[in-house]
Amino acid sequence: MQFGVLLFLVAAGLTLVFGVMDFINLAHGVQYMLGAYLGASFAAATGSFWWALLLALPVALLAGLLLEWLVFRHLYARDHLAQVLATFGVILSLNQLVRMVWGSAPLQVPVPALLEGGIQLMPGLTWPTYRAAILLAGLATAGLLWLVVERTRVGALVRAGASNAPMVAALGVDIHRLFMLVFGCGAMLAGFAGVMAAPILSVEPGMGDTVLILAFVVIVIGGIGSVRGAFIAALLVGLIETLGRSLMPDLMRLFLAPSPARQTGAALASMLVYVAMAGILAWRPRGLFPVRAG
Amino acid sequence: MGEPLLELRGLTKAFGALKVTQDVSLTVLPGEIHAVIGPNGAGKTTLVHQVSGTLGPDAGSIHFAGRDVTRLPLARRARLGLARSFQITAVLPGFSVLENAALAVQARSGSSFRFWRAAATEAALNDTALDALARVGLQDRATTLAGDLSHGERRQLELAIALAMQPRLLLLDEPLAGAGPEETERLVGILAGLKARYGILLVEHDMAAVFALADRISVLVYGQVIATGTPGEIRANAEVRAAYLGEDH
Amino acid sequence: MLHRYAVPLAIFGALALAPLLGFGAGHSLSLLARAMILGLGAVGLSVLVGGAGLVSLGHAASFGIGAYAVVMLDAAGQTNAGVVFPVAVLAAAVFALLTGAVAIRTAGVNFIMITLAFGQMAFFTAASLSAYGGDDGYTLYARTRLFGTRLLENRWFFHYLLLALLVLAWVAGRRLLASRFGRVLRAIRENPLRVQALGFSPYPYQLLAYTLAGALGGLAGALLANATEFVAPSFIAWQRSGDLLFMVILGGLGQLHGAVLGALAFVLLEEYLAELTPHWRLIFGPLLVLVALYLKGGLLGLVQRRG
Repeated sequence: MQFGVLLFLVAAGLTLVFGVMDFINLAHGVQYMLGAYLGASFAAATGSFWWALLLALPVALLAGLLLEWLVFRHLYARDHLAQVLATFGVILSLNQLVRMVWGSAPLQVPVPALLEGGIQLMPGLTWPTYRAAILLAGLATAGLLWLVVERTRVGALVRAGASNAPMVAALGVDIHRLFMLVFGCGAMLAGFAGVMAAPILSVEPGMGDTVLILAFVVIVIGGIGSVRGAFIAALLVGLIETLGRSLMPDLMRLFLAPSPARQTGAALASMLVYVAMAGILAWRPRGLFPVRAG
Repeated sequence: MGEPLLELRGLTKAFGALKVTQDVSLTVLPGEIHAVIGPNGAGKTTLVHQVSGTLGPDAGSIHFAGRDVTRLPLARRARLGLARSFQITAVLPGFSVLENAALAVQARSGSSFRFWRAAATEAALNDTALDALARVGLQDRATTLAGDLSHGERRQLELAIALAMQPRLLLLDEPLAGAGPEETERLVGILAGLKARYGILLVEHDMAAVFALADRISVLVYGQVIATGTPGEIRANAEVRAAYLGEDH
Repeated sequence: MLHRYAVPLAIFGALALAPLLGFGAGHSLSLLARAMILGLGAVGLSVLVGGAGLVSLGHAASFGIGAYAVVMLDAAGQTNAGVVFPVAVLAAAVFALLTGAVAIRTAGVNFIMITLAFGQMAFFTAASLSAYGGDDGYTLYARTRLFGTRLLENRWFFHYLLLALLVLAWVAGRRLLASRFGRVLRAIRENPLRVQALGFSPYPYQLLAYTLAGALGGLAGALLANATEFVAPSFIAWQRSGDLLFMVILGGLGQLHGAVLGALAFVLLEEYLAELTPHWRLIFGPLLVLVALYLKGGLLGLVQRRG
């Protein structure tokens, strides 16, 4: 569940950047990774997870805006092929940079003291408090995002931009400022997800890539540009991913001997998300909640 | 006069609360030019989309050459002999003029799942394509890239592509759009030359051209056909004058 | 103007002469072998991207399937080239057919992401195959046998076999794009609506192109397994797909020998930079960004502007 929520935080930014700017940003996962590393470093330096969170967010935002200024803004007018390649180059560079600065070994970030321990759901089944906190924080962010997108003027522009960008530009809105705003928010959301993930996942180079691809799956399933679609799809993917890993090997044991069961189970579990994606797209080629007009 | 080549019955299409096409019925006979005119926003483009197959109607039916094609996609209708031209020119800019037309010929002659022989060397394709180019006066531009043509020449190529499909019905969506006076004159001449060989459904803004070319005219206002008749009848129709011509003159 | 065959002749000529001109040592030859094999896959991708306008970010999956076909057959004791290569090609083609059937329906930008996702699916599947080494990969103790001989282990023979296959793929790709089928493909890239209005349904054309590119990728993957005598999931990592796309663009998208040139340049550059510094990706990444931003037409574009 908390994995789905983290996925949503990454996918929300991605789907908006995508929907509004028609810009395919492979480097979005790198921003998540950067968030995690910044969180880890600040946590080590200050000794406090909360200071780390507070410091990492603006730095992640700045890093995002710097990348926008250096690379991305030269790509908005280009075709998707150029966007894919250039942002792929950004990934290679930043993964390597991270390796240079922090080394290849995974970093560990301690769970903040306040959120240690677990919540007893029923006898024998406890749920780590920190994971519950992620879930809550994620849901709160999702709620906030929903309010902004659905209820404010800026949100209305973003929605309009996602369904028809030239129209919004024609209405005299400074589309470049809107882009930067959406982009900055997306970068910060991804960074936020990274910081939150740091204590429960290992912080290592390349950690952004896996999340990126799952986030793609999420926005494709949800429908490009749809925050609501991203939310539902993220939970769905998180659920399939988690359940698949725990249930598949057991399920296979019904049919196979233990050892091959474990192996086929693991293979099937890793395929499950993508098979689900294929199934949903075969049924609805434009995703569950298509936004774009035409 | 025989069977109509194209028959629209009660065609209706709405986008939300907005009814763009309301109960439109009309026919195109073989060898006839039937023009559809109407002020901006009358629903002409939506009608073209429904006839060509890019939009499905909410109600009503489309019969072409004796077949119900209401639910057939664009490509299937094209294979049955319904050729459309585009209002915004849609020639392939990276292809030569000849290859644009040859691709259209290829669509109607033999399988395109052939992988080895160079298509550009197939005389049968090129001859028919050149023939179509000659009929619109583009034969001298065959080797030019379509992207390098002037606006009027692209309109001519658009027509040549439709002809190269060896169609039974031409669905022409504002073939004169954006053409200068000289180009218009030339294009009207070409269209007049096509008359009687094909059924033509002509959707057009240019009144002079429509009244000069059409055998029958239907007037579309707010998605409804308010009158159908010969150019003379339409000119004399009081309702049409009030609703439409009055605004224009 | 250069003669239109001058550049491809120069590329293939250089590859033919390289072993005779002092690049016959083991290391140089395996470097060239890698370049030619990647070039083979890149030619397929170039047909797809440059011809059909389908930007696939999962092309490495077909490599992986070809390579794992070799591994699985090897584990089962089958090393006869007459079986191994057809199986590898067929398996990759079937995978491309199945995933393409879904991906092409969605078109446009979704296509990029879906091919990426399917590529990742292949990657995770390979990593979970613990019988074939899982994450650690699988070492082949002998190359595939050609007519019962160990001919593939002869470096020179292998070099010229790869070159012959590469030239063959290049010729076939060119013929394909010039054929009726290729003409429809190219037209779909320029304007799919126009092509439908002519009476073609784009779907089967694109799907077939995707499948053919997958099959060629499978062949390249099987050859790669033989060249390195080792197969690991990293063959299928999505970065590999990005690399392949980069090769195609680096060389120049307009013509198929651009892909060959791009693969050569890529492999040599990688080798050179890796010797220079362990952090070579820090140079490589920005270079990629610059190529994507400014080098329209790729290396071929540069050559032709000078020529």
